[in-house]
Amino acid sequence: MSEIIRRDPRREWIARNRLHPDYASVITDMGGGAAVSEWLGPNGVMRKNPRAVGFIGPNGVKRIDRSGLQQGGQSAATTTAPQDSRRTVTIEDPTFLVAVVPDLTGGRLSGHDKDLLGLARRVADANAEQPGVVVAILFGEHKEDALGDAGIDRVVLLDDDVYAGFSPEARLAALSAVEREMAPRFWLLPDSPLGGADLGRRLALRLGERAATGVWQIEADHAAPLGWHCTTRGAAGSLDIQRPLPRVALALAECAEPVDETRHAAKLLMLTAPVPTTLSRIEDLGQVAVDPAGVALAEAEFILSGGNGIKEWDAFHHAAKVLGATEGASRVAVDDGFMARDRQVGATGTWVTARVYVAVGISGAIQHLQGIQRCDKVVAINLDPGCDIIKRADLAVIGDSTQILAALVAMVEQQRGGQRDAA
Amino acid sequence: MRPDLQQKQQGIDVAVLVSIGRHPTTGRARRAEQDARGLELALSMGAELPGTQISVLHAGSQDADSEAALRGYLGMGLESMTLLEQPEGSDAISTLADHLAATSPQLVITGARAERGEGSGLLPYALAEQLGWPLVNGLAAVETVENGVVTLLQALPRGQRRRLKVRLPAIISVDEAGPVARQSAFGPARRATFEVTATTPVADTELAQWHVAPARKRPKRLKIVKAASARDRFKAAASKAEGKGGQILTDVTPEQGAEAIYKLLKEEDVLR
Repeated sequence: MSEIIRRDPRREWIARNRLHPDYASVITDMGGGAAVSEWLGPNGVMRKNPRAVGFIGPNGVKRIDRSGLQQGGQSAATTTAPQDSRRTVTIEDPTFLVAVVPDLTGGRLSGHDKDLLGLARRVADANAEQPGVVVAILFGEHKEDALGDAGIDRVVLLDDDVYAGFSPEARLAALSAVEREMAPRFWLLPDSPLGGADLGRRLALRLGERAATGVWQIEADHAAPLGWHCTTRGAAGSLDIQRPLPRVALALAECAEPVDETRHAAKLLMLTAPVPTTLSRIEDLGQVAVDPAGVALAEAEFILSGGNGIKEWDAFHHAAKVLGATEGASRVAVDDGFMARDRQVGATGTWVTARVYVAVGISGAIQHLQGIQRCDKVVAINLDPGCDIIKRADLAVIGDSTQILAALVAMVEQQRGGQRDAA
Repeated sequence: MRPDLQQKQQGIDVAVLVSIGRHPTTGRARRAEQDARGLELALSMGAELPGTQISVLHAGSQDADSEAALRGYLGMGLESMTLLEQPEGSDAISTLADHLAATSPQLVITGARAERGEGSGLLPYALAEQLGWPLVNGLAAVETVENGVVTLLQALPRGQRRRLKVRLPAIISVDEAGPVARQSAFGPARRATFEVTATTPVADTELAQWHVAPARKRPKRLKIVKAASARDRFKAAASKAEGKGGQILTDVTPEQGAEAIYKLLKEEDVLR
């Protein structure tokens, strides 16, 4: 087809004149069968016909739905499906590399990781003529299906067993191997305890750099050796230190906006030489069983929370014990005296940050939903399929909570028993 | 602890590195919170393992203010501490590394980061790199010391603990997860003495070039809503949080429901 828009001045003239006898047929024609509300005018301006918008509602009143969700009788022609607005970016021959080592807590990019990747993108895309690529070095298996959406151009996957648990020496050896092969211009790590904060400081000392820690802002600065200036928090958060950005930087959360307009390639890279094995002087004996009841509710990882729908509290406590979950409760359960006040989840109780939150017999008052805003996965067990927590839940099971909990407990116990026999 | 186990354990030389802290509201000099926890850890180790030698080190200048702060550590039950004297603005890392290499303690305990100066938390890592010793951060407790191997509990986020075995000599750093420091007693603190050692100070020229200012408040992140239509913007501003694409199981037997939940718990790896 040619690019030139063929115009029919007569038809346009009729379309502008609502009183013309052929008006209705021309308008229908332009919309491809249905009435149009928008068309390109003679001067290249979009023309709108507000009378063609909307539909007649059940009470005979004209309604206009601008969300595009509801398919009204006449507005169908103008609604367009929400399309993916992300721009795909592929960088083939980069001038430099920005290496990022995300924490990857539980196999997923945390909010902190995404902020850090946003910062890395800022550094990499600063000069359009000399683009850099963001290389993510991931330890262990990940569960992300769209790494490119977070702004990653290249991925180095290191999912060997030696990197499991607390293995700073093996991880440091791997990062040193990456440094030897790729020589990235910057190393960015999250300044999060027991993640990037530890590994990043080790890496900085290994590379002989004086790392910038607690970075929360960077600005372009041509006087600086690497072209950037950063502001870091020092002295237990009481000082702002401005200094040139070194090669290794440990950034705080919210140091930059996460990437949300572009999609990157996330191409897999392989290390050519194998990572040299190191003799570790630190041996990880694994996690110690901690009494879940002793863990503070605000920082518990796995919470089993009970509400008004629970009839047998003994079974609930037993289930929490078997699952190894910290117990929580809704306000009703606390007010009725089934649970202690310090176990209350919600606006007036504790704002929890659990990775998995199982709500049993909780309908989900707005105060309760506020309290679980920062939970990753919410599982709801409830009798009422219409209650608010079902809308929030990632998995909702409609049914009798007592029976479902009993079945779950039986399943876990059976699985554990099987493992013990095998061992 | 069983008696036969205790007999095998012998005391070791522990060096505790302490710094001068800063009270978060008044800004006065005080004993640093994390370093005091580190010293508490060493003192409780000393009570459990007879024969443990505890030496406390501080690298810095000697004046009235810092002495008052350092006596806060001495009041926890020490008779003396070593002061490696160097002027303000000197690099403590080389001084401490030289001293530790010369005295060779088996275990070095430090706080995770200082409350004044740069406070980057790089010092324990720099010492570990220079001395070539293993380092463990975020320590919660020391369990046993046997035949040159120490068993530790490391604090993980969310109240979890991890058991580690580390070969001595080693450096361990303590943060808020460590044991709470005991109160400092005024009388013993006055009676305790300082052993002042002269050092060859190395000035920290890099830090002197940086621009240091009191921390200003970080801007709060704005919630940016990228919505095409007014209805989407209104929904983002007014409605309550809703999960996207949640799976709803209706008309299932309890076993099927439990199966689905079990699968999710396994995927998230929260069952132990």
